[in-house]
Amino acid sequence: MKARLISWIVAAVLLAALPPLLLALGQPFYLDLVRRIMILAIAAISLNLILGYGGMVSFGHAAYIGVGAYAVGILGFYGFFNGWLHILVAMAASALVALAIGAVSIRTSGIYFIMITLAFTQMLYYLGISVAEFGGDDGMRLKQRSQLGIVDLNDPVQFYYLALVLMLLSVFLIHKLINSRFGMALRACRSNEARSRAIGFSPYPYRLAAFVIAGALCGLAGALYGNHINYITPSLMTWEQSGDLMFMVILGGMATTAGPVLGAFALLIVEEVLKGWTEHWQVLMGPLLILSVLFFRRGLAGIFYKPDA
Amino acid sequence: MLEVHALTKSFGALRATDGVTLKVEEGETHAIIGPNGAGKTTLIGQLAGMLLPDGGSIRFAGEDITRLPAPRRARKGLARSFQITSIYRDFSALQNVALAVQAASGRTGFWRPAFDDESLIAPAKKILAEVGLEKRMHAVAANLSHGEQRQLEVAMALATRPRLLLLDEPMAGMGAEESQRMIGFLAGLKQRHTMILVEHDMDAVFRLADRISVLVYGRVIATDTPERIKQNEEVRRAYLGEDA
Ligand SMILES: Nc1ncnc2c1ncn2[C@@H]1O[C@H](COP(=O)(O)OP(=O)(O)OP(=O)(O)O)[C@@H](O)[C@H]1O
Ligand SMILES: [Mg+2]
Repeated sequence: MKARLISWIVAAVLLAALPPLLLALGQPFYLDLVRRIMILAIAAISLNLILGYGGMVSFGHAAYIGVGAYAVGILGFYGFFNGWLHILVAMAASALVALAIGAVSIRTSGIYFIMITLAFTQMLYYLGISVAEFGGDDGMRLKQRSQLGIVDLNDPVQFYYLALVLMLLSVFLIHKLINSRFGMALRACRSNEARSRAIGFSPYPYRLAAFVIAGALCGLAGALYGNHINYITPSLMTWEQSGDLMFMVILGGMATTAGPVLGAFALLIVEEVLKGWTEHWQVLMGPLLILSVLFFRRGLAGIFYKPDA
Repeated sequence: MLEVHALTKSFGALRATDGVTLKVEEGETHAIIGPNGAGKTTLIGQLAGMLLPDGGSIRFAGEDITRLPAPRRARKGLARSFQITSIYRDFSALQNVALAVQAASGRTGFWRPAFDDESLIAPAKKILAEVGLEKRMHAVAANLSHGEQRQLEVAMALATRPRLLLLDEPMAGMGAEESQRMIGFLAGLKQRHTMILVEHDMDAVFRLADRISVLVYGRVIATDTPERIKQNEEVRRAYLGEDA
C-alpha cells in the first residue's frame, strides 16, 4: 500500500520535472506527446472503471471523447469560450449519452453488449460526418481554446500541467470509488453475478451508474483532447480510437489503479517509436500487442505489484 | 412464513417442479429430501427468485413474491446458499461476508472505503467466527479448502440477516469430520432461524429437521415429522429404500 503511494509520488515528480527538462533540451515535441498521452490516459482510466472493474466490454468508449471535444467546439462556434462551461457541458453531455447507451446496452451481455456499444458510437461518428455546419467529414478548427482563467491552454507548459493534475486526480477519484461500497458492489457483480443477486445486489443500477460516471470522466478527456489538437473531427470517434483505449486498459492491466496510465504510456510511446522507424508501423503494432497481452497476463501493472493476498 | 402453492416449472418436456405445495412455519427447520434430479435445487431456485415458475404462487411473510426479482427477495429476508459453491473467488473471505452485510444494509456510498467501515467489517468478522473461519478471514476465497468454501457459502447467506434461510446441500462434498462440525453448527442455527434444508445426508436431516418433505420427480409425495417419514411406506419405496 505504502510502496504504491511512493511510486505514484515518484511518477508525479518525474512527470512534473519533464517540461523544464524537455525545453532545456530543445525538444518541445515530446512535451506535446506526453500531454496527449496523459489526456488519453484519463479516457483509459474511465474505461477501466467499466471494462476492468465492471466487466463490461464497451467497444465504443471513443464516443465520449467525441462528445467532449464537440462540446468545446460547438460552444466556441456559438461564441461561448468559458472553459468551465465547456468542461461542465462536455461532462454533462457525455454523462447523458452514456446514460442512453448504458440503459440499452447493459440489459444485454457478451457479444451483444460489444456490438451495441460499437453501433451507438458508429451512429455518433456518422452524425459528426453528416453535420456540415461543424465541418462534417473534415472537422472544424476551434475558434479559440477553452478559457479557464487560471490556466492558459495556449501555453503548452501550462496545458501540460493541467493534464497532469487532472490525470492524477482521475486516478485518485477512481481509486476512492472502487474501494467504496459502490465500487465493491460493482466489482462483486462482475466477480459473481448469481451470488450478488442472491445477497441482494441488483447489478443493473450499479453498472449503469458506473457507465455514466465513466462517460462523464471520458467527456472531460474529450474536452481536453479537443483543446489539445485545437480541432474537432468525427475521426475522434472511430472504432479504432475505441480499440486503442481498450488496448491501453488491457495492456496496462484491467482492474488495476495504475494499469490504464501505464497502458496509455506504453501504447503511445511504442507507436511513436515505430512510426519513426517505418511507415508500415501498424503491421508491427498488431503482433506486438498480441505478444504483450499473452506475455503480461495481468498487464504491465502486474509486473509492479502482486495481487493482494 | 412461507407458503408455496401448486408451483410448476418445466424444462422442455421435463417437469422439474410438478405442483409443489408447501408450508414453512416460523422457527421451523423444514428439510427437503429426494433422489438426484428430483427437482430440489430447481425448487430452491424458484423460492430465491433465480428461476421463474411457470405456474403457482409463492407467499413470503404474507406477501406474494412469485414474480419478485431475486435481489428484492434477498432484501426482504430470503437468503440462499448454493449446492455448487458460489462465492467471490477473487475476494478475501472477509470481503465476501462484508459484501453480504453491505447488500443487506441496502446502503451504498461513493467515497468512504468499505474496508474501513466498521458497520460492515464488525458483523462480518462475527459471522466468520461463528462458522469457524476467523483464522482464514484474510485468505483469498479461491485459496480456501473445499470445506472452508462451504462454510463461507453458509456464512454469506447468514450475513444478510435472513428471516428464512434456504440451504441447498450445505454439506455437499465435505469429509465426515467437516460434516459433523457443520451439523453441529446448523443445530445451533436452527435455534434462531427458520430454514429450508436440502440435504442428502440422512443423519443430518433426521437430527435437524422438524418436518421433512419428500420430493420425487418434481412432486411432494409426503410432508411429515422425521419419525413418521421414516415409517412412510411410499417414501421408503420411492426413496429411502433405494439407498438406505
Ligand atoms: N436449467 C435447466 N435446464 C434444463 N434442465 C434442468 C435445468 N436445471 C435442472 N434441470 C433438470 O431438472 C431436474 C431437476 O434438477 P435439480 O437440479 O433441481 O435436481 P436436484 O433434486 O437438486 O438434484 P441433486 O440431488 O442432484 O442436486 C433434473 O433432471 C435436471 O437435469
Ligand atoms: Mg440439487
